[in-house]
Amino acid sequence: MRLRTVKRHFREGLKNSWRNSWMTLASIAAVTTTLILVGTFIALLMNINHIAQSIEEDVEIKVYIDLTATEESIDELGERISTITNVQNVTFSSRDDELQNLISSMGEQGSVWDTFMQDNPLLDAYVVEAINPQDTMEIAAEIEDFNGVDYVNYGQEVVEALFAFNNFARNIGLILIAALLFTAIFLISNTIKITIFARRKEIEIMKLVGATNWFIRWPFFVEGLLLGVLGSIIPIALLAAIYNFLIGSAAINQFDFIQILPFNPFIWQLGGLILLIGAGIGVWGSVMSVRKFLKV
Amino acid sequence: MVNNFDIKVNDYMIEMQNVKKTYPNGVTALNGIDINIDAGEFVYLVGQSGAGKSTFTKLIFREEVASSGEIRVNGEDLIKMKWRQVPFLRRSIGVVYQDFKLLPKMTVFENVAFALEVVEESPKHIRKRVMDVLDQVGLKNKARFIPDELSGGEQQRVAIARAIANYPKLLIADEPTGNLDPDTSWGIMKLLEEINATGTTIIMATHSKEIVNTVRRRVIAIEGGLVVRDQQRGEYGYEA
Repeated sequence: MRLRTVKRHFREGLKNSWRNSWMTLASIAAVTTTLILVGTFIALLMNINHIAQSIEEDVEIKVYIDLTATEESIDELGERISTITNVQNVTFSSRDDELQNLISSMGEQGSVWDTFMQDNPLLDAYVVEAINPQDTMEIAAEIEDFNGVDYVNYGQEVVEALFAFNNFARNIGLILIAALLFTAIFLISNTIKITIFARRKEIEIMKLVGATNWFIRWPFFVEGLLLGVLGSIIPIALLAAIYNFLIGSAAINQFDFIQILPFNPFIWQLGGLILLIGAGIGVWGSVMSVRKFLKV
Repeated sequence: MVNNFDIKVNDYMIEMQNVKKTYPNGVTALNGIDINIDAGEFVYLVGQSGAGKSTFTKLIFREEVASSGEIRVNGEDLIKMKWRQVPFLRRSIGVVYQDFKLLPKMTVFENVAFALEVVEESPKHIRKRVMDVLDQVGLKNKARFIPDELSGGEQQRVAIARAIANYPKLLIADEPTGNLDPDTSWGIMKLLEEINATGTTIIMATHSKEIVNTVRRRVIAIEGGLVVRDQQRGEYGYEA
């Protein structure tokens, strides 16, 4: 395509938007609203994902070893566990280590356990970490059948609930995002349809004198792009401001186990994503509505 | 040894063999048309409304595709032609309609320039060419007018200027004088004859008995989807 043709398409696209300025404004407003919602969902999802991931990373399996196991079979068990695929590492934790951990995790009240120092009721254990935390349950089930294993513990209920919630939030979020995007595309395609309708005689004549479909399509493509990009400015600015406020606020920072994503680079990724989505729905909406006017 | 390149495919501008066209709604508009039109000919297409004249011109312009048969325009096989090649076919064919099809918000100059912008000519070339064709149709001094400020005859001249701006080999005129009074019609006829004299093939669908019987040319009469008469220097009429 020649440069002057590119210029022409942009000029025509801008002219179209200007001529139908009210519809243009309405579409931009619709895209803006949609993108604020979509952006909020994406920000929430990314943070839930991030938090869930950091909790998942702490998930480990404790394999308690049968009291009667000999030292040899304990070593053998450790070997067997470490050969399971998806196991990242296996560390041995003796019953004394276990008691120490227990006592220190109890803080001041832990001292009541001191009496057990002489006669430790706990078992030796292996601490197993999975490469992928989602595999934890599977690995635990496999280890349970090994010789010399008394029982296996990985905080079953908590982990399963966490995974379930994470998947649920992701699915719901994706469905909502898809629905919102669909609405925005529909609105944009309607706006463009109106500008096309106003110009259908022009399109007809363009076809008569031998314009290619892309020559006709480009100005509308530009118009859709413009609607999408203009519609993404306010959402990006708004979300950046809100996120910046949240990150500094005490309410979020009081839970030190919840770490939300840092402002930089998260907000740039989010902004880029919103801009891309805006441009994408704009272009898609416009190209979709031109299609049927291009027949014949 | 046979040299394929020596075999001449055809000399015709338009070549139709057993062309049939049935629309999706079941209406058969053309029912086996065989016709050849030489380059440089001036042909009248006559027939009652609904006889198949419009379908005939639409097939040549590839606005419709024939249901069966063969059509070649300027050597191009229109049956095998892909959709994306159609714009390039149309650049070699000019079309003029009864209702002019001008864009009301554009000036005369812009209306004609439009046809050249679409084929991505340079602005310099466009300016020169537009003024040349406006001169040819006698409207050089009205380049800045908008269509509503012109008479019907003048508007049709603008449409003709647009149709010939791209040096078409073939000009299809679908009842070009249908909306014009007799005096104005003669002016348009004169202009079409001048264009024909430069070597452009012209196919003109018309209902004007007076024009056909006065300016004697080849007449193709279509009735019920068939060519019922094909006569050099013929007279107006649908009967064989």
